[in-house]
Amino acid sequence: MSTLALAHDGSAMLGRQLLRVRNNPALVILTQTMPITMLLFFGYVFGSALAMPGAEYRSFLVPGLLVATAANGIMTGMFQAAQDVHRGVTDRLRTLPVSRAAVPLGQAVADLVVTAVGTVPFLLAGLAVGWRVEGPAPAAAGALGLLLLFRFACVWTGIFLGLLSRSEEAAGQLGSATFMLPLLSNAYIPTGGLPGWLRTLAEWNPISAVTTALRDLFGNAPVPEGAAWPVAHPVAGSLAWCALLIAVFAPLAVRRYARP
Amino acid sequence: MTTTYTVLSEGLEKRFGQVRALRGLDLAVPEGTVCGILGPNGAGKTTAVRLLTTLLRPDGGSARIAGHDLVREAAAVRRVIGVTGQDTTVDGDLTGRQNLRLFARLHRVRGPAGHIDALLERFGLTEAADRAASGYSGGMRRRLDLAASLVRRPRVLFLDEPTTGLDPASRGEVWAVVRELRDEGTTVLLTTQYLEEADQLADDIALVDRGRVAQTGSPRHLKALIGSYAEAVVADPAALTRAAAVLDRLTGGEPSFDHERAAVGVVTRDSTLTLPRLVRELDAAGVPLLDVTLRPPTLDEVFLRLTDDRTTDEHVSDDRATAA
Repeated sequence: MSTLALAHDGSAMLGRQLLRVRNNPALVILTQTMPITMLLFFGYVFGSALAMPGAEYRSFLVPGLLVATAANGIMTGMFQAAQDVHRGVTDRLRTLPVSRAAVPLGQAVADLVVTAVGTVPFLLAGLAVGWRVEGPAPAAAGALGLLLLFRFACVWTGIFLGLLSRSEEAAGQLGSATFMLPLLSNAYIPTGGLPGWLRTLAEWNPISAVTTALRDLFGNAPVPEGAAWPVAHPVAGSLAWCALLIAVFAPLAVRRYARP
Repeated sequence: MTTTYTVLSEGLEKRFGQVRALRGLDLAVPEGTVCGILGPNGAGKTTAVRLLTTLLRPDGGSARIAGHDLVREAAAVRRVIGVTGQDTTVDGDLTGRQNLRLFARLHRVRGPAGHIDALLERFGLTEAADRAASGYSGGMRRRLDLAASLVRRPRVLFLDEPTTGLDPASRGEVWAVVRELRDEGTTVLLTTQYLEEADQLADDIALVDRGRVAQTGSPRHLKALIGSYAEAVVADPAALTRAAAVLDRLTGGEPSFDHERAAVGVVTRDSTLTLPRLVRELDAAGVPLLDVTLRPPTLDEVFLRLTDDRTTDEHVSDDRATAA
């Protein structure tokens, strides 16, 4: 299948996903208000019990929540793919002369567009609670790029898992379980105080590397001392994690889509 | 003149683990005709459609759709087929119009605006065109599915149980569309559990049982082959044997009993047997009749009959357990 056909079909599928968002704006608004609620809840309720001063914790928390929300791409990707499979949409598309990679690619790119737009209100909420870009602007732009790349990697992971799922419900349940992933990372808390083995585990969580990279690039918090390699070299670590996830799950998803 | 077969399959096989869903399916559908694949649940109808529409890969055998090899030229096959079924639907989150536009774009149909309006009109969806498809009734949804299959006129249209779950009015609409398409030269392959549907629509019927075509022919041919079903319900169970003897004498068939309903029935190919004669003969034999029926057999009876025939004709009985 030629690149031209892929672009044509992929953009048609992108259009489809964006229409779905336009037809159901409530769902998207709900998804996007969730991290803002968490920012207020964590920032003011939990933040008051932490050793870190409140304002400092909220600056620490904003990049963490950005990355945790990006990791929700696993859930979103999975749920949408499972819905299409189990409602028969995937099968109808499979009977069309459509480039095999176009359907998952369209879904992943559409998700990226929605995420990019949806991040803006959260950043504004972050600014409102005292978070600032404290580093140079190009670094901050790099941070946002890295965030989207990580989202892209998570969505591909989700699409593959969604295509494998036995039912919409199963996908929904497994998808909701992914909210645990950021809990075992440095998204909400510094990992320095964790027992050794747990700290290692948390620091090898891709979310930790990306969060650390964002904190570093935004100038919100320094790279912690004595951390595991992906966190100690957060930008390289994040890029490596994203490359690995995409290299593994994108081809798997396309293959699974093409040949159930 | 040689017949062109738009759908031609030879020995198609498909296994799901231990279950042999298709065990050598042979089909030959001439261009521009409607072929009805008739069979009970689990006979392999849906599997056959999924194979022929490239959704599954066969484990054995081969097939050509409009001349294209099903496996090696799957992309070419997809360009000439349309599919509507219970498992292949449009996107409920999009409106009817958005769905048709999407499929037109994926089919690379040019200048689709007027074309899509015409399709919506033809399927009675103009008013609902800008509502989300998830809110459509079953009949509207099926019509939209059909319209989506026709965004670009397919050479072969596959319909997997197109009227299952529809009310009689919607069923009639679907039937009308199938007839129109056939008249316009489209080859249609449809699966159904309803004898009446196959009777109404199909030029040829393939009776599928346990993953294989058990019998093919025109509806008239099959009906003659199967005959009709005569049944007597009696007031006194003790009279069942007497009633059975009369039925046996009249038809030469082997009567089957339903003791719960105090009924005895027989399948007959004798087209001269009439209801009055049946009543007269039973009455003359002193059978206390409550009810007498003479009607075309139900699908269940057809299959019972066919499988009985085959158990004696061939050595297939050993496979029955695996297909169940």
